[in-house]
Amino acid sequence: MQITVDGTEHELDVESGMPLLWVLRDELGIKGVKYGCGVAACGACTVHIDGEAVRSCQVAAGDVWGPVTTIEGLGSPEALHAVQAAWIEHQVAQCGYCQSGQIMQAAALLAETPAPTDEDIDFAMDGNLCRCGTYPRIRAAVKTAAKTLQEG
Amino acid sequence: MGRARTIARRTFLIGSAAIAGGVAFGVWRYKTPYANPLEPGLAEGEAALTPYVKIDAQGVTLITPRADKGQGAYQVQAALIAEELDVDIAEIKADPGPPSAAYWNGALSEEIAEFSVPAGGAMRQVAETGVSAMSKFIGLQITGGSTTVPDAWDKLRAAGASARETLKQAAAEEWGLAASELKTENGRVIAPDGRERAYTELAPRVAGMEPVQDVALRPPEAWRYIGKPMQRLDIARKSTGTMTYGIDVEVEGMVHAAVLLNPAQGGVLRSYDSSEAEAMRGVTGVVPVTGGVAVIADNTWRAFQGADAIEAEWGAAQMPETMEGHWQILSESFTAEAQDSQPRDDGDVEAALSGGDPVEAEYRAPYLAHAPLEPINAIVRINEDGTVDVWTGTQIPRFVQNNVGAIAGIDASDVRVHAQMIGGSFGHRLEDEVVKHAAEIAVQMKGTPVKLTYKREMDMTHDFPRQIAMARARGTVRDGHVESYDLGIAMPSVTVSQMGRQGLSVPGPDSQIVAGAWEQPFAIPNHRVTGYRAEGLAPISSWRSVGASSNGFFYNAGLDELIEAAGADPMEERLRLVSDPLARAVLEAVAEMSGWEGAKMGEGKGRGVALTRSFGVYCAEVIEVSDTEDGIMIDKVHVAAEVGRVVDPVNFENQVAGGVVFGLGHAMNCEITYEGGAAQQENFYSYEGMRLRQCPQIMVRGLENGDAVRGIGEPPVPPAAPALAGAIFAATGQRLRQMPFNKFVDFA
Repeated sequence: MQITVDGTEHELDVESGMPLLWVLRDELGIKGVKYGCGVAACGACTVHIDGEAVRSCQVAAGDVWGPVTTIEGLGSPEALHAVQAAWIEHQVAQCGYCQSGQIMQAAALLAETPAPTDEDIDFAMDGNLCRCGTYPRIRAAVKTAAKTLQEG
Repeated sequence: MGRARTIARRTFLIGSAAIAGGVAFGVWRYKTPYANPLEPGLAEGEAALTPYVKIDAQGVTLITPRADKGQGAYQVQAALIAEELDVDIAEIKADPGPPSAAYWNGALSEEIAEFSVPAGGAMRQVAETGVSAMSKFIGLQITGGSTTVPDAWDKLRAAGASARETLKQAAAEEWGLAASELKTENGRVIAPDGRERAYTELAPRVAGMEPVQDVALRPPEAWRYIGKPMQRLDIARKSTGTMTYGIDVEVEGMVHAAVLLNPAQGGVLRSYDSSEAEAMRGVTGVVPVTGGVAVIADNTWRAFQGADAIEAEWGAAQMPETMEGHWQILSESFTAEAQDSQPRDDGDVEAALSGGDPVEAEYRAPYLAHAPLEPINAIVRINEDGTVDVWTGTQIPRFVQNNVGAIAGIDASDVRVHAQMIGGSFGHRLEDEVVKHAAEIAVQMKGTPVKLTYKREMDMTHDFPRQIAMARARGTVRDGHVESYDLGIAMPSVTVSQMGRQGLSVPGPDSQIVAGAWEQPFAIPNHRVTGYRAEGLAPISSWRSVGASSNGFFYNAGLDELIEAAGADPMEERLRLVSDPLARAVLEAVAEMSGWEGAKMGEGKGRGVALTRSFGVYCAEVIEVSDTEDGIMIDKVHVAAEVGRVVDPVNFENQVAGGVVFGLGHAMNCEITYEGGAAQQENFYSYEGMRLRQCPQIMVRGLENGDAVRGIGEPPVPPAAPALAGAIFAATGQRLRQMPFNKFVDFA
């Protein structure tokens, strides 16, 4: 089967039931995508498929319906996405392990809802667990990123 | 803190021991100085000026031996060295360094030594035996107990200063000038005429020199980093998915392993059938390990799938069959025989209780998993030359060396531990079960690196959780004030359980059974705190703030009920009783921040207050809640903590807010329960912690009135639960005496 990840096409020889998460991490070596729970309860594995935020642990390799964007394709330390830049500005991360998923979720939120209310942010980000408790900074960073993106 | 200190090459570590409280430990260290652990590994042209600073032609590396699990330990350690060394913190490398006794943690011993003081006579002797056993543990480079900053405060600045002066000496000799004429800036030594030498250029010359020993530390007004907001060294990588955690490490030729462990915690493997697993794609082997079976495969998911396909017969766990049985053991532990310590006994509690009409209440705190978001993992490779390499994130690198060495049948010194960034710990990485399991697999396939990743369900159900605990509070009031307070606490010994797994026996009372309760700064006229040790419960471990995580709730909740009985205000009565000016300032700060005017805030709204001293830090919290149609909503949390010096304001605020969220989330929503020895909560759907929508606004203030510099990772946790319980009482009239609170109230 074929999938496109971060703009690169890959030919895969894996079970069609292998979760996209493990295709990305173990077959393609994209370690920025994190394993936290395996059951869509933490959001650490969030990626975009066709721009939509999905839990890659719950998408079978055979069911991937469009191009995949991971945290590594969203931006890089040299060319940051506005959400990543806001995350750095607000120094959101503690352990940082959930932040790939948080950032991907936030980027999808802002693509759909450029000026989210507090309720929009709470609703969209609620499935992304942070065990370190960085939530106040996540809220602030989402707002900063929204502003940056709107000012274009 | 302003005193100038002198530094000697082999004694500046010892200097810190004296600062850390002068326990026997310091003397012992003094008599057995450690060699510089960096020296054997140095290449030509590299110089290791102190155990904390390494310089070569490529650059300056600061050694940061305390593990970073998200608390910013690398950053704060690097900043303390850089402050004196005059290097740009953005330009240097931080490296956790090799495991070495030279990196022992002096501040942990201070925390423990304090507990031995109030005990008298024979008990004190016993306690001191306990201290020396604990010192052995400490001597082994532990990260924990909010000790990174206190331990590093003098030690790392001294290391930076010694290195700087030695570099100046080297340049002075080259130029024929006096070192005192030279200055340093941005990784360079500069002469009065403008000539410059980069530290990296001086490395070869410095390599042959004795480090300069007499250096005064800089006064606060000269600081460039300390006390100022810093951008964390790891922040860009952690925001772009480019930070490598232990779980991301790949070693050439590596295989992946997963384990299926006996659901009954600690029970044995009787037999297993792996025929289905062995027929699965990618599965290359199945081997038994302690308490379970490991499946080896060519990727993580296939190993997980294989482990799930194993059928096994298991032995039973050594704990009660039901939770009622666990609580019963605790309930029956409030006896003279089970008494572990009574470190506080002021006034005459018995007389006060018999002379009045005592208020009585019982409180409960459940087992709790650490559940860091990165499931625990390790890579072990047994090499043909008789050495072993380990790649893992750990807070106990020297135990990892010992334990892996024992499994591999080699000397611990032949085990190389490559410390990795940790995706959260909360105490979980003070255990090394995953490393031992990985080593057990690796010895069966010499030469092949084995990466073992615990599936989330294994990580959560086979965690050694926070202690279960029960408390009984009694007390009397008189003339509108608290007159007596008697608090008994029963729990298993976390120290015995945890150190027992490392082969250490710990005689004497366990300070953690009463931590966060006996040492509280309230001058209640008749006041007693007694610890009782419960036996026969689940194995437990240190969980962010350890004993104080349950006891901060017990102490404050009991005090609140007495204050209520006295008809007093929770804040005013605490301010009346508080006996230490440092603690008073913390309470006054949160009263001012919250605009405290009583616990009731109008219809369906209320606030609560709690103060806990833990890890030497006074931390107070005021929490405001609303009782809404959807349930209790936490609106605001005001926190103040006395830490002597806020080293990095950004990280400080982050740690405090995170500690509050951690304390609240578990108090509201979490417990681990055992049935037949098996943990019933397997994943985050039944162990939620706190989610973003429940997270309140958190206002943070750091106070710097005290002399001692303290760590802040743990102290914000204990006051969170009782302040919330107090707020809910003020808003609804309902007393919460058992965690998690969501068994009794709904949260929005």
